[in-house]
Amino acid sequence: MITLTHYLILSAILFCIGLFGALSKKNAVAILLCIELMLNAVNINLVAFSRYLTPAEFDGHVFAIFIIVVAAAEVALALAIIIAIFRQRNTSVVANLHWLKW
Amino acid sequence: MSELVLTIAFYILALLTISSALGVVFCRNIVHSALCLVVTFIGVAGIYFTLQADYLALTQILVYGGAVSVLIVFAVMLIQRGTIKQTNLFSRHIITAGVIAIAMLIVIVRILLLQQWTLSTRSVPEETITGIAKLMLTRYAISFEITAVLLLVAMIAAIVIGKEVKESK
Repeated sequence: MITLTHYLILSAILFCIGLFGALSKKNAVAILLCIELMLNAVNINLVAFSRYLTPAEFDGHVFAIFIIVVAAAEVALALAIIIAIFRQRNTSVVANLHWLKW
Repeated sequence: MSELVLTIAFYILALLTISSALGVVFCRNIVHSALCLVVTFIGVAGIYFTLQADYLALTQILVYGGAVSVLIVFAVMLIQRGTIKQTNLFSRHIITAGVIAIAMLIVIVRILLLQQWTLSTRSVPEETITGIAKLMLTRYAISFEITAVLLLVAMIAAIVIGKEVKESK
């Protein structure tokens, strides 16, 4: 018997794997991949809540679709920025991108 | 019977999703990481199917499994030079990151296990697309339009930023 808690724990594990990767990776593209993992975990949460708490309404699904759209826009923009930086500085390691300091 | 099938499907998909997510983080070759990410996306789509969110599962496969993963693989191939084997290494913050992630996981799971949810006993309607479409064009109509504009703006911005800049020296 699968309950809501199963889905929430799965999503928590996925989120924390993504968090770990986003904090500990060197490569900017790898950090982006891990942020995608975190967004997917959030989507699982929304759909699971929608399925178990309000099955007849679809607000959770609509939110998940919005998150998918925003994530797609974010990936396209972030990759364009990373490629532009790579053209100028010849690096995609975030530790080397330190000219934006306060 | 269908309950049993659902349980088995959930555990298989959860195992697939988590192991490929670990693959994304721990692969040393970034192309392997990107391919693991595709498997994760497909696994999450399967999770949506077990939650009876069929439209969302198909969108997930279409947008993430198709578009986003191709975009990422393209970008990886554009920007990697030299040896590809060591392209996805950990920085020196790995221990801090591990401690933060594990602490976060413990806190979330503890809070989850303490919660009492008021579960609904109603069943999911056969068609989910109709309900989603009704919501999108009534209650969330403005958000829907704004999202469309956001997507357009992001697309134009990506083209402008990613365009080759001519050297003016």
